[in-house]
Amino acid sequence: MKKYFLTLCICLAAFTGLANAQLKLNGAGATFPYVIYSKWFDVYSKNSGIEFNYQSIGSGGGIKQVIEGTVDFGASDAPMTDQQLKDAKDKQNTNVLHIPTVMGAVVLTYNIPGVSKGLKLTPDVLAGIFLGTITTWNDAKITDLNSGLNLPNAPILVAHRSDGSGTTNIFTDYLSKVSKDWEQKVGKGTSVNWPVGLGGKGNEGVAGLVKQSDGAIGYVELAFAVKNNLPYAMLKNKSGNYVDASFEAVSSAAAGAIKHMPDDLRASITDADGKDSYPISGFTWLLVYQNSKDKEKAKALQNFLMWAMTDGQSYAKDLYYAPLPKEIVKMCNTKIASIITQ
Amino acid sequence: MIPDPSTGGTQIVPPVGVSYRAPRKKGRNIGDVLFKNSTLLFAGIVFSLVFLMTWEMYSGSRLSIEKFGWNFLASSTWDPVQDQYGSLPFIFGTVVTSLVGLAIALPLSLGVAIFLSEIAPRWLAQPFSFLVELLAAIPSIVYGMWGVFVLVPWMRLHGQPFLSKTLGFLPLFKGVPYGFGMLTASVILAIMILPIITAITRDVLQSIPNLQREAALAIGATKWETTKIILANARSGIVGATLLGLGRAIGETMAVTMVIGNRPEISASLFNPAYSMASVIANEFTEATSDLYISSLIEIALLLFGVTILLNILARLIVWSVSKKFRTA
Repeated sequence: MKKYFLTLCICLAAFTGLANAQLKLNGAGATFPYVIYSKWFDVYSKNSGIEFNYQSIGSGGGIKQVIEGTVDFGASDAPMTDQQLKDAKDKQNTNVLHIPTVMGAVVLTYNIPGVSKGLKLTPDVLAGIFLGTITTWNDAKITDLNSGLNLPNAPILVAHRSDGSGTTNIFTDYLSKVSKDWEQKVGKGTSVNWPVGLGGKGNEGVAGLVKQSDGAIGYVELAFAVKNNLPYAMLKNKSGNYVDASFEAVSSAAAGAIKHMPDDLRASITDADGKDSYPISGFTWLLVYQNSKDKEKAKALQNFLMWAMTDGQSYAKDLYYAPLPKEIVKMCNTKIASIITQ
Repeated sequence: MIPDPSTGGTQIVPPVGVSYRAPRKKGRNIGDVLFKNSTLLFAGIVFSLVFLMTWEMYSGSRLSIEKFGWNFLASSTWDPVQDQYGSLPFIFGTVVTSLVGLAIALPLSLGVAIFLSEIAPRWLAQPFSFLVELLAAIPSIVYGMWGVFVLVPWMRLHGQPFLSKTLGFLPLFKGVPYGFGMLTASVILAIMILPIITAITRDVLQSIPNLQREAALAIGATKWETTKIILANARSGIVGATLLGLGRAIGETMAVTMVIGNRPEISASLFNPAYSMASVIANEFTEATSDLYISSLIEIALLLFGVTILLNILARLIVWSVSKKFRTA
């Protein structure tokens, strides 16, 4: 018995020794891209032998860990602020690069008795609903846009996220751009002080709130809405067209934003130009150190990112993410090449 | 053992013919020393864990305490964009849902406990007790899901409209029946604390010696009058049980956050949504990025921790005092 136990211990020690010989990259951050990152890590590690360990603790958590240096890379739906970049630079002695990986969109799902699809909304009306100035579905401002629908005299129940989230950040960023009132009263962020509405935890919480309550409207990720067959509204974009959210519409928004793309790629593509652009679109970024102390890991990460920009993008559509347009990929490649690996 | 007149104690006397060395008065058996010190260490670890947690929470909330001071307890703004935080809506939500939950659970618990200890025959009381304790074993998140899928629609379609019609003149029951809100959260909390209060009350009632019951019945009291006398005796134990139940209700997180509506607002109507201290920490801690935001959430945790500890100490003292009374009788 003792002999078997000893042999087992030696074998375990040998295996752990073996495991240590493989390169392991630790990352943490956003929950939105978790599905595609899991797929990427799985496929890439089979070909390269590099192990990835990603914890989807949320964008805020990812940014915090990047600043503290406890991870090799982070992920976030909201770009780091100037202050956060400065903190990271002070603590880790390196710049942090933002590499967009895929895109998503935020859609408005609703539950109106008598209306199963086809709701149209403009930026002003949307802001009014979320500010609490428009309180019933048959308000003139909404019925004017939806002459073909029979909107009931029911109160509007607003549903929002109770947890901090990149989805909220994209949505409030859009509302801040299209409504001066919203910008002054509420502002944008992963968590805000909502004027009205009930909070649900996660996309599931908001969808649950909307499904349960008659007359409810809430915002969720496009991927989530498509996977769960939720009805969502058409929005009027900057060019004046009503657009239904789709991957093409999101890519169009990114293409429209290329002209204004800042050098560090920390762009917001909400309310983008382009006649087919969906107005509430956003990137999700991987946050990598430009000059990390572990050069072997930096090289491995660089190779992975180059793969993600090419082969990786082909997995996006099946998993309900919008792939990056070619021009953005080119900008990313320049950034990826600037990672110091010697 | 024979009495020893010189010391007043007893002396061990070996049987005749056997040589025997009496043990030294201070027997330093190495096994005993090790045992005593290691158990002391374990007990010390537990105690120091509590102390360390309190210290960590205090130092984590120092930033927020310095910035807001006592205003933190009085302010109703919770604005992560402007970095302005106040905990009053959360304190309100926690206190109201816990108290209303207790108000619903207490009569039910007392009734069940009295039934189980005084009235039910043994063959019924035991399986019934087991079922009640089973309620305590159900995980909080399961209660939350049941709440979202079963209780909330029922409340929205039947419960709240009924209350609106019958008691709608009270400010407590005015407003739009969302289903989600303080009332639903209170009902779920009531179901969750019912087994705790029932179990402790039943134990307290059973610990009262039968002499009391026999004496009351002997002088002609009815079953109900006897029970009233027993309850009067068990009063402090019941208070202790209530406080323990309240302690659990205050700390309950997942079940509450799924049905309370998560809106940091103070309102008179139980139909309206609210926010509890445990819920806001669970919802916002992982994504909180600014130092002041995190510090404010830790301060809320400190408040919650403090309240729970106080309630538990109070409850233990009371329950201990009642059983002491009967142990020395």
